[in-house]
Amino acid sequence: MTQLRPDLALIAAHVAPGSRVLDVGCGDGALMAALRDDRGCDARGLEIDGGNVAAAMARGLSVAQGDADVDLAGYPDASFDYAILSQTLQTARAPHVVLDELLRIGRRAFVSFPNFAHWRVRLSLLLGGRMPVTRLLPERWYDTPNIHHVTVDDFRAHVAERGLAVERAWFLRGDRQTGGGAANLLAEHAVFLLARNHHH
Amino acid sequence: MIDDQRFGLARRVTLPGPLRLDSGAAFAPVEIAYETYGTLAADRGNAVLVCHALTGDQHLASAHPRTGKPGWWTRMVGPGRPIDTGRDFVVCANVLGSCMGSSGPASVDPATGRPYAMAFPVITIRDMVRAQAMLLDHLGVGTLRAVVGGSMGGMQALSWAATFPDRVRAAVVIASTARHTAQNIAFHEVGRQAVMADPNWREGDYYAASAPAAGLAVARMAAHITYLSEAGLTEKFGRRLQGRDAKSFGFDADFQVESYLRHQGMAFTDRFDANSYLYITRAMDYFDLAEEHGGLLANAFRGTRTRFAIVSFDTDWLYPTAESRAVVQALHAAGAPASFVELSSPFGHDAFLLDVPALDRIVAGFMEAGR
Repeated sequence: MTQLRPDLALIAAHVAPGSRVLDVGCGDGALMAALRDDRGCDARGLEIDGGNVAAAMARGLSVAQGDADVDLAGYPDASFDYAILSQTLQTARAPHVVLDELLRIGRRAFVSFPNFAHWRVRLSLLLGGRMPVTRLLPERWYDTPNIHHVTVDDFRAHVAERGLAVERAWFLRGDRQTGGGAANLLAEHAVFLLARNHHH
Repeated sequence: MIDDQRFGLARRVTLPGPLRLDSGAAFAPVEIAYETYGTLAADRGNAVLVCHALTGDQHLASAHPRTGKPGWWTRMVGPGRPIDTGRDFVVCANVLGSCMGSSGPASVDPATGRPYAMAFPVITIRDMVRAQAMLLDHLGVGTLRAVVGGSMGGMQALSWAATFPDRVRAAVVIASTARHTAQNIAFHEVGRQAVMADPNWREGDYYAASAPAAGLAVARMAAHITYLSEAGLTEKFGRRLQGRDAKSFGFDADFQVESYLRHQGMAFTDRFDANSYLYITRAMDYFDLAEEHGGLLANAFRGTRTRFAIVSFDTDWLYPTAESRAVVQALHAAGAPASFVELSSPFGHDAFLLDVPALDRIVAGFMEAGR
């Protein structure tokens, strides 16, 4: 198996074997292929870039070209065990709507995103006075696809506001996990496992 | 198997039928002209059916016996091609209603000894598919590894998956649609009226006299425009004049685009029967897969285990991407394993027949994944 990106490896390790998975923003299908081959999952993907869709199809995966902001509406309620949104939330025009859609379509949702409150990002803006360009956020302000930057604390607050339950959360520095306590400062990357809150 | 007369190029079979048609009529006997490529495996698991478009034929990957032109999809089908005749057993049959050897209005009605003409029954895409299923029964093919088609061929592929879900393991649907829109029907009606307005048409009874070539040529000209993109036409012809330096202030083909269309129209009448054009365009206009399934397209695919690859082209305004997307959403709603991609090409609807390397790669990948 090819090496998965750390956040994807984390997600792959926590998807229940044999489940039905929708990977929103699936790229070339690396995670889907791992879920299919290693976890026996029935995976579908949605991907905006045609070249990526072609690459995923060549792996024998079922991927539809489409836009998370527009095309999730076509999926029936509760049709998947998991909906996965990795590194895509911050590129959505309406991330809050996308989140709702994920948990309408999937019983659970994995959401991963780069943390805009990581200390390097803060320092870069504080000292440099320029929009941060870091390892995880390599694009400049004018060519970045990331139009809704979000921090770990923003996300936690938003999820609570929307009445969604955080079942688990993981925080990454490079390919290593870090604790949840100071995650807003120390995590480069966050992965949340969300569920609809039935007590709400 | 090698000497089996059922297999090979330029085959023709008369099936006793009767074929039950959507119109309620029963049609018999059913003649089908077809070709096969490659060898049917002992387990019969390597059969691929390729469905041709409106004016296409069964000469998929072999030279046309009359014109000598290479097969219409040699780019896609052949040894080592995305549909690999070195490994797959590939079948292509002339559709019911056409004029390349399968039963159509120009065929002789055994009951009268004269061409059917307008006594030929009105047929549907699903009737074409049922006729193909009869052919596969004759060939000893139960389940298809894949059914593949562009444009009207894609409609047949969708209809196959909906009508015989247990006989289709995978479907490739290129530049196609699950229904004809008002605009699609409108363009076809212009073509049909052009044919029927030709005095040579004589209510379809022209086989002993001159064919309605002028009308059919106009029909082809109108249709041909819908197969190309505006940008493609501009690039190819612009406003350039044909063989002259100045406008003639008359009605000759001053512009290159006029000359091109006139040529396309006339060349078409050499190879196609006008009544077949009426019948096949009618079948396409009647096509609405959702209507056949209670108005909900997803119901056409409920419980299917067929894998689907749906491909559209960004400059195709005949069957635009939105139509493909509607198919994909229905497939996903039905829980079907479906892939979809919109490819970029300057060629409009015709792109599925032309040089689009990305299409070859996608079809190759999808076919390979099913092995």
